[in-house]
Amino acid sequence: MINKPVEAGTCKGGIRMKALAGGYARAKDVAHALDLLAQADGLGRVLAGGQSLIAAMNMRLSTGDMLVDISRIADLRGVAVVDGMLRIGALTRHAEVGADPLVAEHAPLLVQAVQHIAHAAIRNRGTIGGSLAHADPAAEFPACVLALGGTIHLQGPQGARQVAAEDFFVDVFETAIEEGEILTAITLPLIEPGERHVLIETARRSGDYALAGLCVVKRQAGHRVSAFSVGPRPLLALEAMACLDKGDLTGAVAALRGEIDPPSDTQATAAYRRHLAGVLLSRAVNDLTGETA
Amino acid sequence: MTEAFRDKIDIALTVNGEAVEARVPAGRHMIDFLRLDLGLTGAHAGCEHGVCGACTIHVDGQAVRGCLMLAAQADGTEVWTLEGLTETGVIRDLQDAFVARNALQCGYCTPGMLASIKELLDQGGVPDRAAIREHLSGNYCRCTGYEAIIDAVESVAKARAGEAV
Repeated sequence: MINKPVEAGTCKGGIRMKALAGGYARAKDVAHALDLLAQADGLGRVLAGGQSLIAAMNMRLSTGDMLVDISRIADLRGVAVVDGMLRIGALTRHAEVGADPLVAEHAPLLVQAVQHIAHAAIRNRGTIGGSLAHADPAAEFPACVLALGGTIHLQGPQGARQVAAEDFFVDVFETAIEEGEILTAITLPLIEPGERHVLIETARRSGDYALAGLCVVKRQAGHRVSAFSVGPRPLLALEAMACLDKGDLTGAVAALRGEIDPPSDTQATAAYRRHLAGVLLSRAVNDLTGETA
Repeated sequence: MTEAFRDKIDIALTVNGEAVEARVPAGRHMIDFLRLDLGLTGAHAGCEHGVCGACTIHVDGQAVRGCLMLAAQADGTEVWTLEGLTETGVIRDLQDAFVARNALQCGYCTPGMLASIKELLDQGGVPDRAAIREHLSGNYCRCTGYEAIIDAVESVAKARAGEAV
């Protein structure tokens, strides 16, 4: 995918990987950002932490973007409990999510996720809103928000709207965000007594994308299981959840392996990912119940 | 292009304690800005997509990937590169430990290693070897096999904490 001809850079080294942006503008607030996106004639690209976008630009996978830099909009950053929900601003950085006491109390799944996301220097700049909007099928945060039954808050020229996580992730790098809209926040239900969260994944190197990963949430109403890195988008494993609710772990493992449709690539075959997902589910459930696998 | 979007952006920032003003192309990342425009070749351009860690610098007190931050985004920030960290002497003990323990061979990864390790050591305490490894998981070294680097970090952390090395 990066074998297409690349223009020579300006440096003496000759042919290099260099980003080609169409233009750059720094948004003062959300209204300004929406205005800038509207002016970009469909070429607008929201720049938040930039930890995926700038990599893609360097590899010329994305060129000519009119960058709308929202990273200085203070209103979009921070964590609070608002109207009985945990609200996380889109620009809250991974390292901040991982260290926030409210997140630790109400969404420990996200704290577990942060430990798996890339490396310290990337966690210092990457944002949770950027991760969700980018919708990398191997990313942890999208699967977490899906497992927690979260809501994604968008703002656009027509005003604000909310999308349930179940309806938000459409395909590889594709979400329900419409042209001209910006992801502003995520809300999650507050934790209930006895609720348990486990995120488990296998990667070749600490911080690498998972070969397969699972989020398991246990609530009074039942289990919620989401899988990542095993398909084009994070998947809510409904059949596995139903089996777990009946206490049938063996059935849940079989159901999960049937529900996912993982890709084969240089990292792992589809068969290996399918096997791995089942192993991870057993381990996650044993972790929830305090038994050793 | 509409007037709001610029292909050249004026920035004013502090680099290694000195005020810098520049006009940068929209797509220029921090490492090219530092190396090609300012002549600060301490931080290295490696993979240029955030994997190898050779470009790690400090921005507003935090270690970041220089290749994953645009120079345009650095307006108003305080940036430190290996040159500044060396001149101020804040990582002198770490640099000495790298030499003493042969924690580098070709040296390509070293500036990024030192910038990453500085952030870990600044947190205080004595991290165990697993924690050091985890913190450096985003910095590739293709020469040393890492053991000597872990040794160097551990010895400096212990020395700073007043423990026997």
